[in-house]
Amino acid sequence: MIDKTRSNKAWLFVLPMTMLVAFSAIVPLMTVVNYSVQDIFGPNTKVYVGFEWFRKALRDSELHAAFLRQLLFSFSTLAIELPFGLAVSLVMPRKGWAVSAALVVLALPLLIPWNVVGTIWQIFGRTDIGMGGAALVKLGLNYNYTADRVDAWLTVLVMDVWHWTPLVALLCYSGLRAIPNAYYQAASIDGASGWSVFRYIQLPKLKNVLVIAVLLRFMDSFMIYTEPFVVTGGGPGNSTTFLSQFLTRFAVGQFDLGPAAAFSLIYFVFILFFCYVFYTVMNRVGQG
Amino acid sequence: MAEIILQGISHSYDEKRGSTAPNLALRDVELRWRDGGAYALLGPSGCGKTTLLGIISGLIQPTRGHVLYGGKDVTMLSSRERNIAQVFQFPVIYDTMTVRQNLAFPLRNRGLATAEIDRRVERIADSLELTAMLPLRATRLTADQKQILSLGRGLVREDVAAILFDEPLTVIDPHRKWLLRRKLKEIHKQFRHTLIYVTHDQTEALTFADEVVVMQTGSVLQRGTPEALFRRPAHTYVGYFIGSPGMNVMPCDVSQDAGGARARVGTHDIALAPHTGAGPAPSGSLELGIRPEHVVVVDGAGDAGAEGSLPVSVITVEDHGRFRIVTGTLAGAGDRRLKIRIGHHGPDRALPIAAGGSIRVRFPPEHICLYRDSKIVESGELAAAEPSP
Repeated sequence: MIDKTRSNKAWLFVLPMTMLVAFSAIVPLMTVVNYSVQDIFGPNTKVYVGFEWFRKALRDSELHAAFLRQLLFSFSTLAIELPFGLAVSLVMPRKGWAVSAALVVLALPLLIPWNVVGTIWQIFGRTDIGMGGAALVKLGLNYNYTADRVDAWLTVLVMDVWHWTPLVALLCYSGLRAIPNAYYQAASIDGASGWSVFRYIQLPKLKNVLVIAVLLRFMDSFMIYTEPFVVTGGGPGNSTTFLSQFLTRFAVGQFDLGPAAAFSLIYFVFILFFCYVFYTVMNRVGQG
Repeated sequence: MAEIILQGISHSYDEKRGSTAPNLALRDVELRWRDGGAYALLGPSGCGKTTLLGIISGLIQPTRGHVLYGGKDVTMLSSRERNIAQVFQFPVIYDTMTVRQNLAFPLRNRGLATAEIDRRVERIADSLELTAMLPLRATRLTADQKQILSLGRGLVREDVAAILFDEPLTVIDPHRKWLLRRKLKEIHKQFRHTLIYVTHDQTEALTFADEVVVMQTGSVLQRGTPEALFRRPAHTYVGYFIGSPGMNVMPCDVSQDAGGARARVGTHDIALAPHTGAGPAPSGSLELGIRPEHVVVVDGAGDAGAEGSLPVSVITVEDHGRFRIVTGTLAGAGDRRLKIRIGHHGPDRALPIAAGGSIRVRFPPEHICLYRDSKIVESGELAAAEPSP
């Protein structure tokens, strides 16, 4: 054993950060845990209900619906944005001023605040003064995102594609630029077709970048709140009410703090689980 | 397979084909590569050797000049259309494929029958000792095996005009380098492909090639056998670049008298071999070159010594085991640096030479090269340069 000088002074250094974390994370989280096991009628009227709210939340059909809607939305955005972003990155210019021009144009949607993105699309989709909505109606389509569930869904989906495909494209573009020229030269010498170059050089070399793109896009789309809130407010009906919005409506709208707390803990555990799965997958890919 | 000829190749990265750009990466390169030869392109970084390789393989279209394969002009053809293989600086393999699929890839792209592909892949895998690894993912190979594999992708195409190597040993361990180089030699003996090997490492070039082309700043300085490059460097740069340490080069004047041609370095007279010619000193700046290996130490004691010997003050002596390298200054010649390499088997091996001491050396006339404006003066050229009376 090595004799170390014992000193409790170190606690003084840790204390400020401990207090900060307690104040900003631990105490609020514990408050939520506290709420989740009580029925709160007023500031001083509380009843302990055990796991009642958890049981209720897990059996809530509206929550199930919101959850399925959320999964469908997340996977739809992934299914569109990944191939689309990859395709965009493949046709992006490789040299000259066009590179900067393309990068700036692509980055624009990423630079706009999320609620502004929502507002843009809310107006763009309107059939009276919105360019997109009016054009669709003029084309003879019966489009109205405030009344039709499918239209509302598609509008939110297209908005997300517009907003986030550039991120995937930029990630893939940086991945493509990192492939040494010798690979293309070797492929040319080996007589490889354009498809073979994509299939055997570009796609394998982009694997890591694509995993990161999947992660980022899944997480972001799973917590989507602002844009649909601004565009559709979750409607019509509940057709664009995703998990986070469902939760907010519960907690802030109806002040059902107990059930909302229980649900947010379930949500939290669920996200933790996904993060763990993705983290593991990502590490595997990194090693492979 | 075919003879490869480069005619008046110039290249500029700034300009389009046909222009006369001043900023040239290559200028007026004329080379002929015999079918089945093993060649090395040797030069420092940035001398244009990789550009030249790219022009041969079709990855780069030269600004001016022509590339001929077996008499056919292929200047404007892409690498795909030319019949060429190349091994790059670092291993280029197809990660998702097995070793077998990697080897088969160039053949599949060219639409060969499966049976024929299998036959060739197995034959090449056998020569390259890759048979046991055929079913493995290519990513599982070591760096040198990957280089062998990328060489294999060239060898499976039996009709390639040449196989080009662009510093292929850069990422290989020193010990493996030697093995891989030997493997290349064997492959060359077995398949008799034309091999063109780019490197900045003289050992690699000299051990690999039958003939070495030395380049500097976009021009070919000399081509010849390793022995010729060592014995009679055509340019002072070749003398300096090849050999370890490089050639000693010192400015001199040349004069003629009854005893033959003599070079004057500082205050010393040095006899030249008869073949360096007779006649008055030609115009242009003259330099005398002698290899450190060829300098003979005549007397370690440093007294007046033998006639025609030169005094050298020793600065450092490095013992490399098999030989010693003495660095000194030639007194009376502007304190010019002189390097001497003393083998442990030569007649001068036993001489006690120490830093701070002085020795006397002799330049054997048969080993002295004379340079005018950095280019070698060939036999009889001095006489030819004699102005008419």
